Amino acid sequence: MHYAILCYHSEEVVTAWTKEQNDEVMGRLEKVRQRLAGEGKLGPVARLLPTTAATTLRKDRDPPLILDGPFAETKEQFLGFYIVDVADLDEALGIARELGEANPGGAFEIRPLAVYYPAGV
Amino acid sequence: MAEIAWIHAALTSARPQAVSALLRYFRDLDIAEEAYQEACLRALRTWPQNGPPRDPAAWLIFVGRNVALDQVRRQKKQEALPDEDKLSDLGDAESEVAERLDGGHYRDDILRLLFICCHPDLPATQQVALALRIVSGLSVKQIARAFLVGESAMEQRITRAKARVAAADVPFETPGPVERAERLAAVAAMLYLVFNEGYSASGAEADRRRPFSEEAIRLTRLLLRLFRTEPEIMGLLALMLLQHARAPARLDADGQIVLLEDQDRSLWDGAAIAEGLALVDKAMRHRRPGPYQLQAAIAGVHARAAHPDETDWGQIDLLYATLEHMQPSPVITLNRAVAVAKLRGPQAALAMVEPLEQPLAGYFHFFGLKGGLLMQLGRGQEARTAFDRAIALAGSASEAAHIRQHIDRLMRESGQAVAG
Repeated sequence: MHYAILCYHSEEVVTAWTKEQNDEVMGRLEKVRQRLAGEGKLGPVARLLPTTAATTLRKDRDPPLILDGPFAETKEQFLGFYIVDVADLDEALGIARELGEANPGGAFEIRPLAVYYPAGV
Repeated sequence: MAEIAWIHAALTSARPQAVSALLRYFRDLDIAEEAYQEACLRALRTWPQNGPPRDPAAWLIFVGRNVALDQVRRQKKQEALPDEDKLSDLGDAESEVAERLDGGHYRDDILRLLFICCHPDLPATQQVALALRIVSGLSVKQIARAFLVGESAMEQRITRAKARVAAADVPFETPGPVERAERLAAVAAMLYLVFNEGYSASGAEADRRRPFSEEAIRLTRLLLRLFRTEPEIMGLLALMLLQHARAPARLDADGQIVLLEDQDRSLWDGAAIAEGLALVDKAMRHRRPGPYQLQAAIAGVHARAAHPDETDWGQIDLLYATLEHMQPSPVITLNRAVAVAKLRGPQAALAMVEPLEQPLAGYFHFFGLKGGLLMQLGRGQEARTAFDRAIALAGSASEAAHIRQHIDRLMRESGQAVAG
């Protein structure tokens, strides 16, 4: 069963991290990723650039409306995601807990995938 | 200890919003800063136990405001009997703060806090020092070290700058659209100054000043979050990111500047380049070009070239031509001549450069480029004269070394042996 672990955190806080803090978090996360990859449980992983680099296309009108910035202005922003292949929700939560210990602050949304095309086709 | 570092990041990120809201409330920079400091001390005491609040800025504003009001009240008590009106006013302080926070006031608050650092009477370096102290919260010690002055001298400079700002009428009413645009332009220029104080450093200063560039990028990102549709702010952030991306390759082991064409491009920061290029693309969609966007686009053309030979000089020529048209300046024409030399050869570039001799008589890059072009045309004697002028104009030994390096490259390129 595939789950997405969607990462939310305040980008103002994350971009105020020092390089040392950032490297520390990334180092800890890499260890978790490597273990998961070794167990064949890890799908695509992405860290997103800040929402200032985002563009939104509103397609509920014709022609669509293109807006600067993220889809929604929120206190915590959508900053990245993991796709994991696990047996059940408990296992997904276990991985999320482990990732959370490596990268404290903010929240994860754990969401099962309905359709998954790993190679994009 | 680790805990404290993370709280520190939360306090740093909340600072501009908290100080600027406290400034609006108390209309006094010193009171606002003290209130924020006191709120931070309380945060350091309570957050490790209770965990950080969901909205650190709102917490700091609320606590900071109460602390300062308490002090005002205590002073009043010492002077006279408490003012009943004042006391009853405090009752709904909390809801008022919450309301103001949600009211989206904070966009103009932060802009105001940045804007007061741009006071036209303040020389550029004082604007930079003030912004780093007030908005970023860097310590006086850190700023003093970066500017190579004593701590007490820097303290004095900042105090004087603050007094100057306080004496001026700080505009507290909500700005109209024209005024807001003017403030935004002044703030953008000031943030680019902060960036350049960090970016242009070399040698031993480079490490001490790196935080300036990083702060400027952080504050410009914050500004863009508040003004998401401003193409020039996108351009400014892109320009900073694309230049900062080269920082790891910009200095050699001795701290000397490495020319763009000689840099190891594999050291460039790929994430910063991706962010910068995305912002250039976003800005261009608005079809409202401006100087920051054009400079960012030029930096973007360099960033896209994995090797110097792959640089799209035609595109750079076009961008400089537009910039020249928008903001005529001999330095821009000089930069354009570099692209023209690559595209149409040294003769065309020299024809473009020669009329600039008078306005750029004190600019070593002018004589460096002129010498290089003459060298390529086989006019060695004249080239030598130009190079000598360039070296004579160097302000320091490291600048002279930088020019010499430039000259060496030009000579290599023109395939001529270095005479003398």
